[in-house]
Amino acid sequence: MDEPSTDVISGTLDMLILKTLSLAPLHGFGIGRRVEQMSRGVFKVNAGSLLVALQRLERAGLLDAEWRETDNGRRGRFYSLTRSGRKQLAAETSEWDRKAAAINRLLRAES
Amino acid sequence: MIRLLRQARRGLAALFSPARADADMDDEVRHFVERRSNELVRDGMSIEGARRQATLEVGSVTATREEVRSSGWEYSVDILLNDVRYAVRRLRHDPLFTVVASVTLALGIGASTAIFSAVNPILFRALPYPGAERIVTVSDRSPSGASAEPTYGTFEELATRSRSFESLSASDLWRPSLTGTEEAERLQGLRVSASYFGTLGVLPASGRTFDGAEDVPGARRVAVLSARLVSRRFGDGAPMVGASIMLNGEPYVVVGVMPRGFVDVMSPATDIWAPLQAQPRASPNTREWGHHYRIVGRLQRGVDVDAARRELASIAGQVLPEFPRVPWAALANGLLVRGLQEDVTAGVRPALMAIVAAAAVLLLIACINVANLLLARNRRRRAEFALRAALGADGRRLVRQVLTESTILAMLGGVLAVAVAHAGVGALVALSPPGLPRADLIRVDGAAFGFALIVTTVAGLAIGLIPALSASRSDMRGGMRDASRSVAGGHNAARGVLVISEVALSLVLLVGAGLLLRSLDHLFAVSPGIQAERVLTMQVVDAANGSRTSEERLSFYDQALSAVRNVPGVESAALTSQLPLSGDLDAYGYTFAAFPERQPGEDGAAMRYSVTPGYFDAMGIRLLRGRLIDESDRADAPPSFLISESLARQMFGEADPVGQRVRFGPDTDGSRPWGTVIGVVGDVKQQSLAATNAAAFYVTSAQWRWVDPVQSLVVRTTGDASVMTNAVRRAVWSVDRDKPIARVATMEQLISRTASEQRFASVIYGTFACVALLLAAVGLYGVVAGSVAERTREFGIRSALGATRRGIVAGILGNGLSFTAIGVAIGLVGAFATSRLLETLLFGISRADPLTYVGVIALLVVVAAVACWAPANRAAAVDPAETLRAQ
Repeated sequence: MDEPSTDVISGTLDMLILKTLSLAPLHGFGIGRRVEQMSRGVFKVNAGSLLVALQRLERAGLLDAEWRETDNGRRGRFYSLTRSGRKQLAAETSEWDRKAAAINRLLRAES
Repeated sequence: MIRLLRQARRGLAALFSPARADADMDDEVRHFVERRSNELVRDGMSIEGARRQATLEVGSVTATREEVRSSGWEYSVDILLNDVRYAVRRLRHDPLFTVVASVTLALGIGASTAIFSAVNPILFRALPYPGAERIVTVSDRSPSGASAEPTYGTFEELATRSRSFESLSASDLWRPSLTGTEEAERLQGLRVSASYFGTLGVLPASGRTFDGAEDVPGARRVAVLSARLVSRRFGDGAPMVGASIMLNGEPYVVVGVMPRGFVDVMSPATDIWAPLQAQPRASPNTREWGHHYRIVGRLQRGVDVDAARRELASIAGQVLPEFPRVPWAALANGLLVRGLQEDVTAGVRPALMAIVAAAAVLLLIACINVANLLLARNRRRRAEFALRAALGADGRRLVRQVLTESTILAMLGGVLAVAVAHAGVGALVALSPPGLPRADLIRVDGAAFGFALIVTTVAGLAIGLIPALSASRSDMRGGMRDASRSVAGGHNAARGVLVISEVALSLVLLVGAGLLLRSLDHLFAVSPGIQAERVLTMQVVDAANGSRTSEERLSFYDQALSAVRNVPGVESAALTSQLPLSGDLDAYGYTFAAFPERQPGEDGAAMRYSVTPGYFDAMGIRLLRGRLIDESDRADAPPSFLISESLARQMFGEADPVGQRVRFGPDTDGSRPWGTVIGVVGDVKQQSLAATNAAAFYVTSAQWRWVDPVQSLVVRTTGDASVMTNAVRRAVWSVDRDKPIARVATMEQLISRTASEQRFASVIYGTFACVALLLAAVGLYGVVAGSVAERTREFGIRSALGATRRGIVAGILGNGLSFTAIGVAIGLVGAFATSRLLETLLFGISRADPLTYVGVIALLVVVAAVACWAPANRAAAVDPAETLRAQ
């Protein structure tokens, strides 16, 4: 991990959580880890914010949660995407693509 | 939708089992910390170090939990519930405060709800007719601008000339006697134009109303009955249409029955209607040109009251040859056009508006008082507020807490207020003047509940607002320090302002009550001209109008009178054609032979009393000159008249009128010989105690042109008059069972009834003013006592330094009384300004009556001094050694 890690870009945490869970159900700690891994350590998820975000998304009906055995035999709270969670992910992804493309165009523009 | 449900379910779960939600959260956090520390250990950290590091990364569990919790909707409910729980706990801790505050609010809210219940149906609820806003009344305008009943002649002219009305109708009071059933009864009725019911927009429940052919002189006799009359006299649902009933000894065919809920608001007791059958183009000396009709019209669509007013004004101002007018109905002052509702309530509107104002003032005082109590209480809680602020409660949260508390207080007050309002409405109805229109609608109904709810909510927020703002503004650190401070600062300013306004508002009510009570005093100090004690009166009706001769009628009344005189306990008894203070009014123009140049009516009218000789004895009317009427003044004797003192003075000044020759009423046309004035009797109040007109003449029933078919029996008894009613009634009926008896009342009841409107207003003002005075005293006491409690140490030091007891007491009294003085000064201005509302109810005094103002101010100052006395004494009794040690 040579690159310094930063906090997640504000407003994108929900999207990152949804993306992570679209691959497989996970518990909170695992989600944080996975985000860090997938971003190659660029993003570091604040544990407090993550738990709050998970609660909020579950309340919003984007996630389901249940207690399950984890890989090391302990009980953990596993989150999975609901149907509206998937829809939300798709919406947020295309929105992000649109914005990112715009920003890229701006930054690359020759003055 | 599913999301919403899920939100609701989760929120409810969190609300109802917060422990479970918290446990879930804790588990998750613990899981998180465990995994992270394992990871760290793997990276080579010590176990404790790893755990500490992991915990640090997750952050405070409590903070996380709080944040998670505050993200759901249930969070705000939770806070509200918390605030409510907390407020309830606080209120239970301080039962005295809670009781005083909620009772105060209950009085304010209850009183205003009761007044609302009374005023709403009378002044504001639409009349029970379709398109009621288009119904107007038309009356003559008297030179003073007041309304006078119009004549049929005027109606005829307007009905032909005016274009503003869809339909225009006239009505005339009618009191037929219903006979031929087991008990004769004098009915309250109206003779009306055929279009009358159409003008009001109502249909009969069965049968029909009148058609035009029935509304001409000599047409067959038909009647419409009220459902009330049918069920009272003929049994509910009796098939009346087509039946024949006997009225005044003549058969009438019933053509229709009105629906059960129908009320004729212009004359609510009306039970029977018959066609007017007035004479078209009547000659001047007929009933049709008398001022005793009412005109009611329904405006054309698109014509408003102002347009109708303009049209009628132009008609009044332009006499056409085909519509000749008589001098007394020349419409010289124009016509009055008023909305029906306005017309019906015009008489009581001033009193009701004054009462509404009084209720509003009382409510305001109650709110100010409770705000003041809350402020004092919060002042004692400053340390608590400061502590809560230090622990992280923000200003908004504190404001919300205070408002929750005041709203709960208001709700408590509101619940009690419903009881107060119920009792109040009962009292209002019992006290209400007999002329109060639509009084049957007064009750605590849905509208009143709604009103109470709104007032309660607004009051709850309003009384909390000042304390809440002061709680959020106060400097918290200062608050903590202040809790142990020994010299009070200027924080009392808000409370001072509140107390001053309370004093000012109470003064307004006190002045109103004072003015009304003094008026009532003046009114009852007026001599009615009779001795009212132990006098029982009732109307005896000789039904059978057309078929009886004067002799038969006279002999019936003679026999009835002898029968009554024989009843044990009757001292004297007499009959009169009109009874003072009963609402009767029967007056005639006159000419004296001494002033042949004067036209009858030019000097005004004199009230006619056709009486039996014992009348003056029975009523206690004084003879001033000459002799009384006696048995010698028979029908065949030369006509003799007694005149009242006023009439004598008006015509002859101080000279003796006895022996003067005079003609009254119909005799002024010269068709009968002159009568003679045989004596002068004292003035008697006829219309009301406040009325000034007392010109009157007395003649024997036998010598007047006709024998009145309705006469009032006046019985002076040896004991309590009211218990004699049945015995007297039986005596009359022993002569003829078929004679209706109506309007039974003692003379004292009649007198007190004439002032019922003033009494109504003054009882309400008096009650409100007493409550206001009490509240102001409590408020003043609270402020002074509060400031004394805060300054205990100061007083200790001052007395240690040699301040005398008297000096300390004087200082505190001075402080309290200066609030009072400022309040009085402001209140005086307000009281004088608002007394305009009461003006029409005052009698014998002006609204600036100095005695009232001085008396009220003295009362207020004394009460204020008493309220300040106790805390002042407490301050003076402070033991210096003890206070200094206590610090």
